[in-house]
Amino acid sequence: MMTSTLTISDLTKRFGEVAALTGVSLSVAPGERVALLGHNGAGKSTLMKIILGLITATSGEVTICDAAPGSPAARRAVAYLPENAAFHPALTGLEHIRHYLALRGESPAQAMPLLEKVGLGHAARRRIGTYSKGMRQRVGLAQALIGQPRLLVLDEPTSGLDPVSRREFYAVLDDLAAKGASILLSSHALTEVEARTDRIVILSKGRLVAEGSLSDLRRRANLPITLHVTARNGYAPDLVRLLPGSILVDGSLHLTCVQSAKLETLGRIAGFGDKVTDLEVLPPSLEDLYSHFSRGAAP
Amino acid sequence: MNRILSTAATEFRIALRNRWVAIALILMAVFSLVLSLAGSAPTGGLGVDRLSVTVASLTSLSVYLIPLLALLMSFDAIAGETERGTLPLLLAYPIARWEILLGKLFAHLAILTVAVLLGHGLAAGVALWADETALAGLPALVRLSWSSVLLGATFLGAGYALSSLSRRPSGAAGLAIGLWLGLVVLYDLALLSAIVADNGGWFTTKAFPIALLANPADAFRLFNLTASGATAAAAGVGGAADAIPLWQSLTSVLVWPLVALGLAAAAFRKVTP
Repeated sequence: MMTSTLTISDLTKRFGEVAALTGVSLSVAPGERVALLGHNGAGKSTLMKIILGLITATSGEVTICDAAPGSPAARRAVAYLPENAAFHPALTGLEHIRHYLALRGESPAQAMPLLEKVGLGHAARRRIGTYSKGMRQRVGLAQALIGQPRLLVLDEPTSGLDPVSRREFYAVLDDLAAKGASILLSSHALTEVEARTDRIVILSKGRLVAEGSLSDLRRRANLPITLHVTARNGYAPDLVRLLPGSILVDGSLHLTCVQSAKLETLGRIAGFGDKVTDLEVLPPSLEDLYSHFSRGAAP
Repeated sequence: MNRILSTAATEFRIALRNRWVAIALILMAVFSLVLSLAGSAPTGGLGVDRLSVTVASLTSLSVYLIPLLALLMSFDAIAGETERGTLPLLLAYPIARWEILLGKLFAHLAILTVAVLLGHGLAAGVALWADETALAGLPALVRLSWSSVLLGATFLGAGYALSSLSRRPSGAAGLAIGLWLGLVVLYDLALLSAIVADNGGWFTTKAFPIALLANPADAFRLFNLTASGATAAAAGVGGAADAIPLWQSLTSVLVWPLVALGLAAAAFRKVTP
């Protein structure tokens, strides 16, 4: 039995003097959903292109289902959704998908069910030129679903999708992952990645600076927690005195505390009784984690 | 094979929707008809049949029109995929780069072939209708047809190469028009002025024939004019046809498509998506 769908070890890619990727190691197990995060230019797209065999690595090794990137076996196993693929405006969605099915040696008759699966059944016979950006993105997703891929490489797959479409999109991905497909996706929309992936990998300046589940990363970063306390009318000045370090913003108190002091602080606030009408606990967002780990990267 | 055919079918559909098919067919039909109707005047004086004269005119037309059509159809082939962001996707599919090129070539060459056959068929029809002896010119017309298709293949290959070299369709279009102007228009002008300046010296006797054979458009014209013996009806650079043996121009006509497509494959191989 294969242990991982994708294995990357000590991967380095240089463009002349510029190091795009330095010593990146990563493995993705069957059925695992991994989000690749990083600034523009952090090396996400380069990493994806190496996995797809579109460009070659300077050093290091990549295997996809026991095959080398770009080999016929790897290409059959991998599906790709490039960033901002626009497709030819003169062709219909149906014609496009039929063509892509033929390229993978699958029956063109599957085109319509695939388009229905991504919610494009009604527009299948219209030219892509008339599609919105979100609809074109769905065409891209439909082609990525062809032929039960073992690994899906998705570059910014939800850009241009509205919130409802995003939800549907991730539902399709969950389905695939449940059937054992591995998913590697990059995204700028950190909040959606938060809920929809098993593991997060943060790239910064071509280095892998953090890797793990969201709670792993939270624990490791040990970032302060923010508390918003709403005081009963008139008690706000009292509470500011009782909670050192808190500030008053629009009638509610904002204060931060470290992870280890969280329960103790909550206990104290609970002890204020009916002076407090509401309490909100805000854990560090993925944005905070992301900037924390990106800053910590080697120069 | 299925992958190549599917690529060809897709490209053909795109060309159909972009009106390239209609443009190619109409241009070839209209020009062929005009030439075969207007080509009647010199017949008597030269003592050749009507179709042979038409073939000489069609040769001169094809030298301009076929490369232009081929370049217009091919300049977008790779640069367009790059611009739409579909090239990396295509290259991630289990299809080899040469298969992509071959699929596009099949579609574009099929369109050119149909356009050539339509134009030449109309020309033959007009000639035969007006002159019963015109059947004598039929072999020349057939030769013109297949060599036109080969000329088209040469410039399709050149177009794919330029499309691979430039990252944007607008850049590729500029290069394609530049190539057309250079090889089809300016090349002959430069040769003629060089001959005039040279006044029968080394250039005229040694370099000029090679220069003609080195240009696929000139080689095409030479081949057809030499083979049909219609040099009398031709003017300009074509007048040199007698000086160069037929096998040399034939070789150039046959080899150029392979060279151009080889260049296209090499240029496409260098493209990093």
